[in-house]
Amino acid sequence: MKKMKVSIQDVESVAHQSQLILSEDEKAKVAQDLTRILEYADKLSELNTDDVEPTVQVLPIVDIFREDEICPSMDRETILKNAPHATDDSFIVPKIVE
Amino acid sequence: MEYEVVIGLEVHAELSTKTKLLCGCAAEFVREPNTHCCPGCLAMPGTLPRINKRAVEYAIKAGLALNCDISEYSRMDRKHYFYPDLAKAYQVTQHYYPLCKNGYLDIETEDGERRIGITQIHLEEDAGKLIHDEYETESLVDYNRSGVPLIEIVSEPDLRSPEEGRIFLETIKSILEYIEVSDCKMEEGSLRCDVNVSVRPKGQKEYGVRSEMKNLNSFRAAHRAMEYEVKRHISILEKGGEIPRETRRWDDNMGKSFPMRTKEEANDYRYFPDADIVPMYIDREWVARLKEEMPELPSERRDRYVRDYDLPEYDAGVLTSSKALAEYFEECIALYDDPKNVSNWVMGDILRITKEQNIEHEDIPVTPNQLVQLLRLVDKGTISGSIGKNVLEEMFATGKDADTIVEEKGLKQISDAGELSKIIEKVLEDNPQSVEDYLSGKKKAMGYLVGQTMRATRGKANPQMVNKILKEELDGLEEE
Repeated sequence: MKKMKVSIQDVESVAHQSQLILSEDEKAKVAQDLTRILEYADKLSELNTDDVEPTVQVLPIVDIFREDEICPSMDRETILKNAPHATDDSFIVPKIVE
Repeated sequence: MEYEVVIGLEVHAELSTKTKLLCGCAAEFVREPNTHCCPGCLAMPGTLPRINKRAVEYAIKAGLALNCDISEYSRMDRKHYFYPDLAKAYQVTQHYYPLCKNGYLDIETEDGERRIGITQIHLEEDAGKLIHDEYETESLVDYNRSGVPLIEIVSEPDLRSPEEGRIFLETIKSILEYIEVSDCKMEEGSLRCDVNVSVRPKGQKEYGVRSEMKNLNSFRAAHRAMEYEVKRHISILEKGGEIPRETRRWDDNMGKSFPMRTKEEANDYRYFPDADIVPMYIDREWVARLKEEMPELPSERRDRYVRDYDLPEYDAGVLTSSKALAEYFEECIALYDDPKNVSNWVMGDILRITKEQNIEHEDIPVTPNQLVQLLRLVDKGTISGSIGKNVLEEMFATGKDADTIVEEKGLKQISDAGELSKIIEKVLEDNPQSVEDYLSGKKKAMGYLVGQTMRATRGKANPQMVNKILKEELDGLEEE
């Protein structure tokens, strides 16, 4: 097998950044997938794009602004209903201390 | 060895818009948790953000006030990090195309004016608040602040001492207040800063290794942190050590900085354009209009005070450093045409009392009209200047007018020559030793006798008249 663009170490680092836990099998599979994706991107790089503006938005619209006017917020009880864990007034999350 | 200090600052200021950056929730500070939240700022699926136009406008105004180029093209990016203070798991900020670039700010230091470069000003959203101490293994999250618009002002590493850093921060604060884009209330967290400190041997071109401290929430803490870091760096280098590149935490109670636990890999925020938010093309006419509407800035006001009111540079600087104080001063002189006298009272007693009692300049309880009435009483000789100071204290405490206080406490100055002569004759009688001293050439004894007279009248005697009468009396004795 040829050397892969994305190593197992790369996968582990990206998985850590995204807080994903992957098994050894999954890591190998993800490394392959990501390699294929990057190779595809390489193929696109063969095109000459010197005169093309980078596209970050496919919609032909710009400058969509909102006036600074208050809309009612959502009722707290309703908001907290969606949370797996909450007190009467706050969300509860596992403690992460930096 | 002699070292040169290199400091760069990042100032985060919450904008005083009514609503958040990307949704219509109210942006005001409230204590009751999670009451200013909606599906948007809680990142519920299917919601779409729209930028608050006023937030963009405020960022542009800040850019104009700090002499920046306002970008023609700008957009929002996502900064990813894993921490629950933002429900989206990323912060909307500007990494690639900030709204404002390449500015500068001139600051007044003891060694004269210094120009500090402003790298950029970008727009971003604030994060929510985590409360850690309620439970052992869990934290509470309040998303009220999440999504409140912020600008981050990034300086070049042009500051050369903690003192310059402090002046830079004060000046930025005063400008943001003047242009009314942030209320700059540090106690509510609407102004915070990060400091980057390094030192290098004098003359060396390359920068030393810097350490960074985040989220300092008072200028005093920032100033202390900068001073501490400078000393720490120099002492490490003096011992032949090396400074690690690190982020540190400032503990203001202990007056020390500590390394934050460094993760093994560098932070990778994986910035990329936020495709939910369309790019902005900043209309030049908009910018021109904002430039035209720009209010007078602190430095301009200072120059005007020197020019129009003939005030010393120093006085003008103090009076204009805060917008509220400058407005107070101007209301006074609109009623009373002696700027220097008003300036003396405002810079002296008013600033002293507000400082002692921790009163914000916008909350001075003595109105300009009340202060002017007091000054008139002193001018007319109804009360002496030193009694006036006491009356002012009383006005702060009770809110009463000067007239009322003078009346109630019987503080009217005694300017009746006959009455004063009687009192002085008594003083001379009671202090024969001082009189003898004076007559034998110790002219200083006069001061003591003036003091005794003031004491006898509980400060109410007209000092000029006391001097005059006393001198006449003593000279009369001398001739005898």
